[in-house]
Amino acid sequence: MLEKALSGSKRYWTWIVFLLALAGVGTIAYLYQFTHGLGITGLSRDVTWGFYIAQFTYLVGVAASAVMLVIPYYLHHYKKFGRILILGEFLAIAAVIMCILFIFVDLGQPMRVMNVMLYPTPNSIMFWDMVVLLGYLTLNLVIGWTTLGAERKEVPPPAWVKPLIYLSIPWAASIHTVTAFLYAGLPGRHLWLTAIMAARFLSSAFAAGPALLILLALIVRKVSKFDPGTEAIQSLAKIVTYAMIINVFFFLLEVFTAFYSNIPGHMAPLKYLFVGLEGHTKLVPWMWAAAILAFVGIGLLLFPHLRRNEGILAIALVAVFLSTWIDKGMGLVVGGFIPNPFERVVEYAPTAPELLITMGVYAVGFLVLTVLYKVAVSVKEEIGV
Amino acid sequence: MSMERRNFLKLAGISALLGIGGASVAGLGRKGAEASQMEPGPNALTAKRWGFVVDMSKFRTQADIDRVVHACHSIHNVPDFGKDSPHEVKWIWTDAYEHVFPGNEDEYTPHTLKEMPFLVFCNHCAKPACVRVCPTKATFKRKDGIVMMDMHRCIGCRFCMAACPFGARSFNFRDPRPGIREPSPEFPTRTKGVVEKCTACYERLAVGKMPACAEQSNGGIVFGDLEDPHSEVRKLIASHYTIRRKPELGTMPSIYYIIRSNGTGGAEHA
Ligand code: SF4
Ligand code: SF4
Repeated sequence: MLEKALSGSKRYWTWIVFLLALAGVGTIAYLYQFTHGLGITGLSRDVTWGFYIAQFTYLVGVAASAVMLVIPYYLHHYKKFGRILILGEFLAIAAVIMCILFIFVDLGQPMRVMNVMLYPTPNSIMFWDMVVLLGYLTLNLVIGWTTLGAERKEVPPPAWVKPLIYLSIPWAASIHTVTAFLYAGLPGRHLWLTAIMAARFLSSAFAAGPALLILLALIVRKVSKFDPGTEAIQSLAKIVTYAMIINVFFFLLEVFTAFYSNIPGHMAPLKYLFVGLEGHTKLVPWMWAAAILAFVGIGLLLFPHLRRNEGILAIALVAVFLSTWIDKGMGLVVGGFIPNPFERVVEYAPTAPELLITMGVYAVGFLVLTVLYKVAVSVKEEIGV
Repeated sequence: MSMERRNFLKLAGISALLGIGGASVAGLGRKGAEASQMEPGPNALTAKRWGFVVDMSKFRTQADIDRVVHACHSIHNVPDFGKDSPHEVKWIWTDAYEHVFPGNEDEYTPHTLKEMPFLVFCNHCAKPACVRVCPTKATFKRKDGIVMMDMHRCIGCRFCMAACPFGARSFNFRDPRPGIREPSPEFPTRTKGVVEKCTACYERLAVGKMPACAEQSNGGIVFGDLEDPHSEVRKLIASHYTIRRKPELGTMPSIYYIIRSNGTGGAEHA
């Protein structure tokens, strides 16, 4: 089926070349980092994880989009999701590939990455994160490719994929849970040391992933003859609405616990994020932007007549997407390191090479996504759904 | 040539290789890790659980502190990129009481105590969070309680730095060698991209020597077996009021700080 990605309109190829160029720039920036070390980033002894790990964390969430389609479709026989399903599965593949790349570019000794497999260490959450991510990637590749292949031949998918599909449901939950455990199990990082972390990851993922998926579906409908279905999009929008409300609610629970208990260590990182600490305020505008975007998004999604208008829906989803991206892709990871173990504030901001590398990884991810979507859409167009 | 010497050379060889090629030595397996632990010689100092007692009153001047820090950093090839560099590497250093023991100070704590410098280094915790999270066992706890680093296995993920609640670990954000003024041939230099920290002078213990900081401290840092009730560290703990950093986090730090009853934590006869 892959040959479908090799023939396309001029617009398709321009987009591919554009992504390749961005990926190329990212690769050059990475080679620079590879020779000079992570010192070319904004990271320091005090903030040891930054933009890369934050993007990884965020994209684990995006990979979830598939399960929000799989559950209604396979468990509740909600047939309206039948057409859009493949888009969700392929988005998961692209997202997980980006996750793996972000971990890779964050390593100080990338050539030794195989040590994680050569010396399996079950007490390390990072080991389990590798296991669940690779598993989720494989599951979605196998499921997506086989179901699409069957669809092309207009036969039902082989019986052996069914169990894999069911397995992918708890597996999707596991990638969030395990990724949340990377943070939630560390003593002395108060922002992260919260039992609700995994739940927050799930809620934010189920808002961000489907939000992006709908936006992609709207684009696919514009650029191809394939229509993922208005009703499917509206149902997904409902899921985004609920998930985003729960996400904000969970965050407010954190605020209550920290500030009502009045425990200084728990309040400090939240203060840093929203009002600044000891005059350090780099993230404050971002966090307020995230808060405002969250409420704008929810406000527009909450009213059915608004969200039925696809123009307004798109605005709402962009707001949700950006809000969750700032929250997880910037605030959560960096905020966990501030203040440092000596209760001193050392701030972080990504450098230009760091941003270029990040852009490069996203370009690779979108390249994978474009190719997969091209295949899926061509198959759908071929069989005329 | 003694066994120890050969091990040093082996290590130096490996790190040189890494420095040039950045190649993986994954194939070395656990053997590689043992090599960096050294085989103890006949005079090796041994213990069930090594620990430290730090008595800051024994450090009268800044020079007393500098001597200890220099002793450690010079023999271990710790690079110096300047104190304000975000890429600072340090194994032992000082910070003020209020920052070393956050939450212990309050608005009425005397200024002298709040500002008083305390030496900090890896606590060689009995339940180390860093070891728990490391995905490659590049940081691990020895039977004698020393929390070790295998700099040839470390992949530089820095999970251990997020996990250590004491800020004890440093990452080589760049090649450390240009930052080493007088390289010590007795200890391997590191390469960029790996984490490092105090390793309780395992290489000195193996040949019967005390840790360098303890040796240079005029009794301000006492090193010994916490499990041995007759050891000097245990006697000091029994006869003085001591505190540890963030004991509530359950990592069970093995550094005990003597706090003097005159409330300054400082000079005995103030
Ligand atoms: S002080 Fe930090 S680095 Fe040292 S053993 Fe304890 S947790 Fe690990
Ligand atoms: S940086 Fe090295 S020592 Fe630290 S957790 Fe990662 S592999 Fe282990």
